[in-house]
Amino acid sequence: MTTLVADNKKKLIAMLLLGVALLLLPIFAGFLGQAWVRILNITLLYVMLALGLNVVVGVAGLLDLGYVAFYAVGAYTWAMLASSHFNMHLPFWVLLPLGAFLAALAGLMLGAPVLKLRGDYLAIVTLGFGEIVRILMNNFDKVGLPWSDATYNITNGPRGITGIDGISFFGFNVSKGLEIFGLQLSGLQLYYYVFLVFTIISVIGVWRLQHSRLGRAWQALREDEIAAKAMGINTRNIKLAAFAFGALTGGLSGGLFAAMQGFVSPESFGLLESVMILAMVVLGGMGHIPGVILGAVLLAAMPEVIRYVADENMQHKVFGTVLIAPEVLRNLIFSLAMILIMLFKPAGLWPSPEKK
Amino acid sequence: MSIDVLLQQIVNGLVVGSVYALVALGYTMVYGILQLINFAHGEVVMIGALTALVLAKWLLGAGVPPMIALLLAILIAMAVCAAVGVLVERIAYRPLRNAPRLAPLITAIGVSIFLQQIAILVFGRNYFSFPELISKTPIEIGHITINMNEIVILITSVALMAGLLWLVHNTKIGTAMRATAENQKVAGLMGIDINKIIAITFAIGSALGAIAGVMVASNYGQAHYYMGFMLGLKAFTAAVMGGIGNLWGAMVGGLILGLVENVGLIFVRGDYKDIFAFVVLVAVLIFRPQGLIGERVAERA
Repeated sequence: MTTLVADNKKKLIAMLLLGVALLLLPIFAGFLGQAWVRILNITLLYVMLALGLNVVVGVAGLLDLGYVAFYAVGAYTWAMLASSHFNMHLPFWVLLPLGAFLAALAGLMLGAPVLKLRGDYLAIVTLGFGEIVRILMNNFDKVGLPWSDATYNITNGPRGITGIDGISFFGFNVSKGLEIFGLQLSGLQLYYYVFLVFTIISVIGVWRLQHSRLGRAWQALREDEIAAKAMGINTRNIKLAAFAFGALTGGLSGGLFAAMQGFVSPESFGLLESVMILAMVVLGGMGHIPGVILGAVLLAAMPEVIRYVADENMQHKVFGTVLIAPEVLRNLIFSLAMILIMLFKPAGLWPSPEKK
Repeated sequence: MSIDVLLQQIVNGLVVGSVYALVALGYTMVYGILQLINFAHGEVVMIGALTALVLAKWLLGAGVPPMIALLLAILIAMAVCAAVGVLVERIAYRPLRNAPRLAPLITAIGVSIFLQQIAILVFGRNYFSFPELISKTPIEIGHITINMNEIVILITSVALMAGLLWLVHNTKIGTAMRATAENQKVAGLMGIDINKIIAITFAIGSALGAIAGVMVASNYGQAHYYMGFMLGLKAFTAAVMGGIGNLWGAMVGGLILGLVENVGLIFVRGDYKDIFAFVVLVAVLIFRPQGLIGERVAERA
């Protein structure tokens, strides 16, 4: 009993330390340069995306290769309704829920026709869905109606939407930054704290969901669909729920992305993004929240770290000349790391301790 | 819409579709045996195209007649691709044969990125123009135009597909391949060297991919390090549409995808061409979840 209390105490201290570290991180990163703060923010967005995809792939076992589409729906909802594009400037407390809701709706739209499909068939259809959304974003700058010649510019096509409003509440604009107690916090650093709040909400949400009745039903579905059905689980409804909840998280992070970036274009939502998010989930440890977070942090941060390690200066020192373009070297190391981690840890870096 | 336009688009569709079919065969053969989406296959096709291109240019420069240059270049590209395919299987897939299902998918994605970077290192980022080794002067048949290059593509792919079907159904290796696809363990007990058969499967699929790569490059007159991505995606779509794991499915799926894309161009703007392919895929899978001619695979109980 005493050891249990001691254990809990240790856990509490560890959590507190982690909390303090997370709070101080952007300030230290700020000393290194705002680019590092941006990397932190993007990493948090990826953590949210990976958590959302984890619900679909890791918990419910539905292979989704088009997840970035929901991220795009969230981002474009924000971008179109809070910029000079349509001259609309809705506040964030309308936009974030709306983006998440529309993304969830898109999730249901994707989920409904593919309910019958097995594993890899599902993968290719979701991949197609992601591509369809991207191509529509690319081409909806000249939408015509069959009965008239007029065309409408909905997404501004490949040029993307610029001048997007940031988050602001009670007249305070987060993008502008803030000075408290003599400490100058930039807009990016403030976004970090906003994102951190949403990430923590996502972690708790996904955790609660995974350990709910619905979460157990998803796990049953993942392990054996026919057996799950035989146990009285309505597989159709819980599959749709998985797509909707996954998409919800994606839409939420999409809105946050648009707010921070101030610019969205179809280029940010390609297949490679979906693949990267999937890689985060699998590399970290499918269905295990700490593992997924680790995977997301690792894959989001690794390319940036390699960028600084494997730059031209380093090659000059080692080889006396630049042998390989830094960009290529970065991708080479990145892909090799991906292959090696999977070869040596096929279940992921931090897999779920539950026995299969 | 005139009937000529339709016929012309059907011809174009068959040419593109036969290339899709060849690439799709590579996906479907691997999937049939390993239940693995070989994401790196598109990159193998790209490597085949670029290798053949560089070789053909070099041989032409050395004064070798075009036809011989083309044949030599293709043969060497096939060998290179087969080697790459076998090597990838050996290093990235074989150790994970009993691992969780998604692990080899992630290594496949890693290999795909890796091969692209290697291609940049070896060939560079440029768009290469593919030399016109077979005449591309348009030939008029009725109101339809076609060129020698396209005719050669059609005939070659039909011959290759027939050859593959013969190999799989009428030879000892083919029987072993089918047995391995059916049940690896039992096939092993029957004295089949599974590792060898899987390696052979990768070699054949990759060699076919090399030829397909040369076809695409010669048809569009160019090749670049990124060409494998979209081609691979389309071919994989074709394989799934036909019923993945099924050779006939890949061929039919490839041809149908090519036809749908090109005939669809009559009705929708070119920008939406790629959407069209995916919409048809979804429509097909809603009504036939196992693909057009895929078998209903018994689900594990």
